[in-house]
Amino acid sequence: MFEELTLLQLQQYWWIIISLLGGLFAFIMFVQGGQTLIGEISKGDETLKTMLINSLGRKWELGFTTLVLFGGALFAAFPLFYSTSFGGAYWVWIAILFCFIIQAVSYEYRKKPNNFLGQKVYEAFLFLNGSLGVILLGVAIATFFSGSSFSIDDNNFSYWHNDYRGLEALISPFNLSLGFALFFLVRISGALYFINNINNETIRIRAIKSIKTDMILFLFFFLSFLLQLFLKDGFAYDTNGIVYMQEYKYLLNFLELPFVLAMFLSGVLMVVIAVFLTIHYGKTCCIKTGGLGIVLTVMALFLNVGFNNTSFYPSYYDLQSSLTIENSSGSHYTLTTMSYVSLMVPFVLAYIIYVWYQMDKVKITKEEIESPDSHNY
Amino acid sequence: MEEHLVDWSRAQFALTAIYHWLFVPLTLGLGFIIAIMETIYVKTGDNFWKKTTKFWMTLFAINFAIGVATGIIMEFEFGTNWANYSWFVGDIFGAPLAVEGILAFFMESTFFAVMFFGWDKVSKGFHLLSTWLVAIGSNLSALWILVANGWMQYPVGMTFNPDTVRNEMNNFWEVIFSPVAISKFLHTISSGYIVASLFVVGISSWYLLKKRDIKFAKNSLVVGATFGLITSIFLILSGDESAHQVALKQPVKLAAMEGLYEGKEQAGIVGIGVLNPKKTLDNDEDVFLFELEAPYALSFLGYHDINAFVPGLKDLIYGNEKYGIESTFSKMEKGKIAVNALKKYKEAKKENDIEKALKYQKILEENMKYFGYGHIKNAQDVIPPIDITFYTFHIMVALGTWFLILFALILFYTLKRDILKYRVLLMSAVASIPLGYIASEAGWIVAEVGRQPWAIQDLMPVGIAVTNIATSNVQITFFMFAFLFTLLLIAEIKIMLKQIKIGPNGGH
Repeated sequence: MFEELTLLQLQQYWWIIISLLGGLFAFIMFVQGGQTLIGEISKGDETLKTMLINSLGRKWELGFTTLVLFGGALFAAFPLFYSTSFGGAYWVWIAILFCFIIQAVSYEYRKKPNNFLGQKVYEAFLFLNGSLGVILLGVAIATFFSGSSFSIDDNNFSYWHNDYRGLEALISPFNLSLGFALFFLVRISGALYFINNINNETIRIRAIKSIKTDMILFLFFFLSFLLQLFLKDGFAYDTNGIVYMQEYKYLLNFLELPFVLAMFLSGVLMVVIAVFLTIHYGKTCCIKTGGLGIVLTVMALFLNVGFNNTSFYPSYYDLQSSLTIENSSGSHYTLTTMSYVSLMVPFVLAYIIYVWYQMDKVKITKEEIESPDSHNY
Repeated sequence: MEEHLVDWSRAQFALTAIYHWLFVPLTLGLGFIIAIMETIYVKTGDNFWKKTTKFWMTLFAINFAIGVATGIIMEFEFGTNWANYSWFVGDIFGAPLAVEGILAFFMESTFFAVMFFGWDKVSKGFHLLSTWLVAIGSNLSALWILVANGWMQYPVGMTFNPDTVRNEMNNFWEVIFSPVAISKFLHTISSGYIVASLFVVGISSWYLLKKRDIKFAKNSLVVGATFGLITSIFLILSGDESAHQVALKQPVKLAAMEGLYEGKEQAGIVGIGVLNPKKTLDNDEDVFLFELEAPYALSFLGYHDINAFVPGLKDLIYGNEKYGIESTFSKMEKGKIAVNALKKYKEAKKENDIEKALKYQKILEENMKYFGYGHIKNAQDVIPPIDITFYTFHIMVALGTWFLILFALILFYTLKRDILKYRVLLMSAVASIPLGYIASEAGWIVAEVGRQPWAIQDLMPVGIAVTNIATSNVQITFFMFAFLFTLLLIAEIKIMLKQIKIGPNGGH
């Protein structure tokens, strides 16, 4: 089946999968967003805090897993990106990894007796993961549009030409605007998740309050990112693989790929509708609409930067070293093999949804959290 | 490239791997032990077994969290610290990693939540299934990563593409069913089962020494020791196959493991020995200051024939015509021809000179097997550190033998005698918990230090594989990781000890 596809078709297929994973990861980051809301919503009430943490604690691992899969899929499908970006933008990725290491232990260790660092430190770890970790990820993704400082030699070995090894991306307002947009977006989805997953009026009211502020800030940063994106020159390449700068490239990509544009607009609209219904009609199920909206929006952004002869990891140091889905991918054989494996993805998604349904049928309540027999974080 | 960059990059990777491997073996084995206990609970309906399962599950979760934390670094460090390697093998190595994510990690993480929070939310049967799926998922993830590691020790199922300058997979089945990968997988997971069995047996023994939770401890001892005994036999069989594969595919590693300088027929294994630090490849000093040798054993272990010739380091460096062993010098020459042919091929392609390109492509293909030797400056550089490889190998084997005896004794005295009276045995079981970790880590050191200087056996030395970055960056991150991991390890141990002290009757 996949053997008959051309290399380009396989590359496109894999970019779609990467985009989907990117979208799913952005959605699952409601866990990170939720982590930054713990203090704000619980306001020091230990039971409320435990409810919030337990609600997130049953999902955090999936975020971790999605991140690992995102990395693994990029390694397998676009290994030149993997070697160039991770080896090059060393400090950004190391900082992101640090933010994730501290998350992994915090849920389990926070309340355990004799936990060495104390409850507050583990809670601070969760906040750091949800704030700095997310902003850095947003900045790293923004460099897909703004470019980085690297070159690639004849052996396809890469060289980074900035001693800050990726941290230089942090001084760009464009990169930061996506970083902060992502941060406020995941806070919104975190709040939507709490409203859906926990049966508690105080939490619901405070979550709605946070959404109101976060939505304004999200729109500010996201629209400013979009404005800069649509007005800037983009990294295009011609049929010979020669990379050149093209005016309004990313705006044109949307216009020339109407399906992606539709995906993007409907995604944004779904997020707006989810927020609107939650605030004005008190709906509690909007994480589904909002979540799907996030998946579509982020996926559309990835498709925009990878398709339509666009370099998805451009170099402003040496334009011709820029990475495209065509010059950085695995071989035909590997992509074919991996494509068969990817057929498992719907099955995996199906059992995740089934398990979530089973586990979330009954909402988290004070009674459950206070029950001596329950396994709590 | 800066001096010492490779050493620091290796140190950082070793640090992460060693920390990660402090937690993984317990997850691999304890998952199954918990699943067995829960199965007994579901079959008998006896709440005692539910409580027992829950207690071990609590310890499992404490360990699992930090295993996940250290694991994520491993994956990304291939990119951050070994960028050239990532490109050179990404076409092959990435595939098992991605499969690991899709098939194993999601299974593990999805059902982990059911296992811990689903007791009252899902049916008994579905809960039990989830517990088994967590155990299977974690073992599946070990399969894929060990396939990847096996490939680095014995690269198969690929061809070198001079246009992209990388190895490209041409046979996925050869990669996953490589004999090295399979034996490595079986040997590694069984070592995890032993660590977990020692953990359960050791902690249960501690309760018995304290004369508390006796019913719980005795039942846990039986499950732990039975699991440990069965898997010990499995460990020995898979270890034998691993050694056989090393003899066939990495003879230099085998020679280093045994401190074998001069090759010989009917070679024996040094059971206990102290290496002579003055010994070098080119002097006549004795290899050992002291040794106890089991005759014929190395020939048999390596080649399943007591008369087989086992090449020593001298044969492998200088060659041995009688046994048809090519010298490292000859391989270096061929390697240089291959490296040069690739350069000429690239030039010819740039000039669009097809004939010339084909000529050099042919030369490259003929010598590709030794491509990595083209970057070796001194023939003796292909010898790994002999002392570390030798001692870790012998520590691993000696401890593995002890564990087998321990499990047999524990099982016998628990079932046939009153184990509470055998305090020395119980104390030995407690003391064996750290020994399990030492043996398991030692095994990895044999595997990884023993294959130096290769990142990919014969194809890419570590000096070429490393990311081109200022050494100071790696030095800083090394200490950052060392600090953070140590902090988390202390927290983990303190929490674990406290939970053990609280015990099965108050831990939830």
